[in-house]
Amino acid sequence: MQPALKRENDLTLNRRSFLQVTTAAAGGLLVSLYLPRITSAQQPPAPKVYPPDAFIHIATDGKINITVNRLEFGQGVQTSLPMVLADELDADWSQVTAELAPAADVYKDPLFGMQMVGGSGSIAHSFQQYRELGAKTRAMLVAAAADRWQVAAKECRTENSVVYGPNNRSARYAELANDAARKSVPDKVALKSASEFRLIGKPVKRLDSPAKCDGSQKFGLDLDLPGMKIAVVAHPPVFGAKVKTVDDRDARALAGVRDVFEIPLEKGTGVAVVADRFWTAKRARDLLKIDWDLTGVERPDTAELRAKYKQLATTTGNVAATRGDEKALDSIPQTNRIVAEYEFPYLAHAPMEPLNATVNFQGDKAEAWVPSQFQTMDQMIIAQALGLKPDQVTFHTEFAGGGFGRRATTDSHVPKEAALIAKRFRDTPIKLIWTREDDVRGGYYRPMHAHRIEIGIGPDGLPSAWRHVIVGQSLLAGTPFAMMIKNGVDETAVEGTADTSYNIPNFHVSVHHPTVNVPVLWWRSVGHTHNAFVMETLIDELATRARIDPIAYRRKLLKTDAKKLHSVLDLLDQKSAWRKNLAAGRAVGISCHESFETAVACAVEVSIENKRPKIHRATVALNCGLAVNPLSVESQFQGGLGFGVLQLMAQGAITLKDGRVEQRNFDGYTPAYIIDAPMMVDVHIVPSTEPPTGCGEPPVPVISPAVVNALSMLTGKRYRTLPLVNV
Amino acid sequence: MATFHLNINGSEKTVDVDPSTPLLWVLREELKLTGTKYGCGISACGACTVHVAGIATRSCVVPVELIGDRPIVTIEAIGKDPVGRAVQNAWIEKDVVQCGYCQSGQIMSAVALLKDTKKPTDKNIEESMGGNLCRCATYVRIREAIKRASQQLG
Repeated sequence: MQPALKRENDLTLNRRSFLQVTTAAAGGLLVSLYLPRITSAQQPPAPKVYPPDAFIHIATDGKINITVNRLEFGQGVQTSLPMVLADELDADWSQVTAELAPAADVYKDPLFGMQMVGGSGSIAHSFQQYRELGAKTRAMLVAAAADRWQVAAKECRTENSVVYGPNNRSARYAELANDAARKSVPDKVALKSASEFRLIGKPVKRLDSPAKCDGSQKFGLDLDLPGMKIAVVAHPPVFGAKVKTVDDRDARALAGVRDVFEIPLEKGTGVAVVADRFWTAKRARDLLKIDWDLTGVERPDTAELRAKYKQLATTTGNVAATRGDEKALDSIPQTNRIVAEYEFPYLAHAPMEPLNATVNFQGDKAEAWVPSQFQTMDQMIIAQALGLKPDQVTFHTEFAGGGFGRRATTDSHVPKEAALIAKRFRDTPIKLIWTREDDVRGGYYRPMHAHRIEIGIGPDGLPSAWRHVIVGQSLLAGTPFAMMIKNGVDETAVEGTADTSYNIPNFHVSVHHPTVNVPVLWWRSVGHTHNAFVMETLIDELATRARIDPIAYRRKLLKTDAKKLHSVLDLLDQKSAWRKNLAAGRAVGISCHESFETAVACAVEVSIENKRPKIHRATVALNCGLAVNPLSVESQFQGGLGFGVLQLMAQGAITLKDGRVEQRNFDGYTPAYIIDAPMMVDVHIVPSTEPPTGCGEPPVPVISPAVVNALSMLTGKRYRTLPLVNV
Repeated sequence: MATFHLNINGSEKTVDVDPSTPLLWVLREELKLTGTKYGCGISACGACTVHVAGIATRSCVVPVELIGDRPIVTIEAIGKDPVGRAVQNAWIEKDVVQCGYCQSGQIMSAVALLKDTKKPTDKNIEESMGGNLCRCATYVRIREAIKRASQQLG
């Protein structure tokens, strides 16, 4: 997802005027208080300089707590951003702790202008920001020491949370913190050169690891507040259906049930059940007898949608990319053409921690606890639901058990449900839990897609003409980001194809965005999930047909200025262990793809066991600019490949029949288990000092085409319909 | 409602709940042991894995009334066990976790495996860990960490 919203990363204006650097009651400085919310009447200019006090708290015992401006949900940002700041601060890493920021303007993504995680921007967008915060705070500590010793700041140096001055003088940061708080925040500071980094670029273990290994890490679902009640909602069986009648007598008869009532939903209506405990709430929901009104409600059906999409793909849609001669294809003989039709199903994100939100409505204010990728949006929508202003909602960001885009909804429908329920229970925290069934059946899926491609092959074996039609719902239509749809093209549906780095002279891509009564949402790597699969399996097919090595073929076809892609293909080629000692019955499939400004190439060693692909080993080469934490980058790539395998699972699909989702839980919608994921993943990073780019999403697109390319070598068949039911 | 006396992490706990309540929700809501996670409720993901009389068990589908006097060990206490401690240490050493939500269950399954099979093969690992879903797909490092713990335990 790449909403290029207003940019707020202009760091030239000092906003010292409304920056409060206060001393903590408990002592220590750069107190972790956040900027006071300014009422709209006296709205000052947008934030330009980030106030260190909102991000860093140096306590008198030497502990340095760093506030992370976005959700931690596996991507490792709760370690990596503190690393960046601590490096420039010259902090003692062993004393650094980190916490997730609540919703506040100062924590908005510097590029997107809203507080969020998306578009693989956690490091890419906040790297510079956190470096400057660290360097500025360091400068303030040095200034305090220099004052104390009556020396020039440039005579001082810093190391491991200590300022050293002339004549063997030294002072710990903790001792200087109070004085430093009174120094002005410098406008500009010199940042370290790469050779001076002590943490950046080094493998650093996660700060949250111990708590996640002994059960003490609290996630949103683990929240336990005094007087808290649990809510579940009976959602309509078809999106948009409404409650006609509800018989709740049996439900209400259960001990511990507090209330049962109808609530409006984003689409249709539902019935909320509030109880003292989850098990009671769930049992009560099971006992509800609801008659649903389906009048006028579209009932989508996968079989019908497949037929419709297939037909639509034979017609030209809104043009997403065009160059050369669109008619060039027609002059190429049929024997030198490939016509390929692809199908992709709806996919649920299904993060391990079921969706949840906790809201306590207190009349003129509220408090919310949400594992949220979109704090700004969620806070605003909770406020609207409660008749409050956003700044009347104190919003805590809770650790999330995965998300993959699912906790970044533009309608904030889960927090909104929690707010609407909480409105009935003043001064009572309401924890809304979506059961796994709610999640699997609840929509907001990666959209279903069809692709139809006609390729004309030139005498050199390279594609000379390419006509490509994509069919799929728009993610952005009907959302606040709809203005990003240009000429009827939602870029998130064509990314990875329309902007391909392959040099195809006559190239035409168009897209249809049908409207379907199924809510859709960005799913880790978004449009690249299906576009990379199509492009990389077709390129492989062309290479095979031309009898050219798949890496050599890609190099030949890539534009010369696709530097990152060339660099990863070169590195993959060098790390050639994957080419050697290939056991009988195994094949190596290749793919490469660039997304979120990170290029990835992979070689995957596959055999067929029990009619399923067995992925013995994956070798990955990637170029993400400067790898801030190589250990974390490796982790994202090892895991991202495994995540992408869901696309190949026999039960990796959400289907609908007569408007109803046919799967209900992990028994019918099955992501990759240990046996399905790659057994080994070797990760090789192209050395770089370029600005860091995304690592959360770029691993996902490459795995499924690489595996399928290997399968094609083993069976001679082409696989164009997902899920992969028959190998 | 009924009263149950449970042996949890070495001490006796008394709870007053509906007999059909799964052990998972007794642990999480009555005893505030939230390290054991809810992921699916149908024993398909393993996030709720605890040890019941030493056996890795999906607590989301075991009604509390069936527990009886069998001792229960959860993630909160597994570190007191030498194998448990070794597994936790290996997990940290290999930097296994990402979102971390499934890892309590992964660790409980891994401990049960290593108590049973000191030197597990990849196939043993796939069998014993086969029902523990990780959506972050930390599986490569889970394999490495199990082997590391096995090595440490000698």
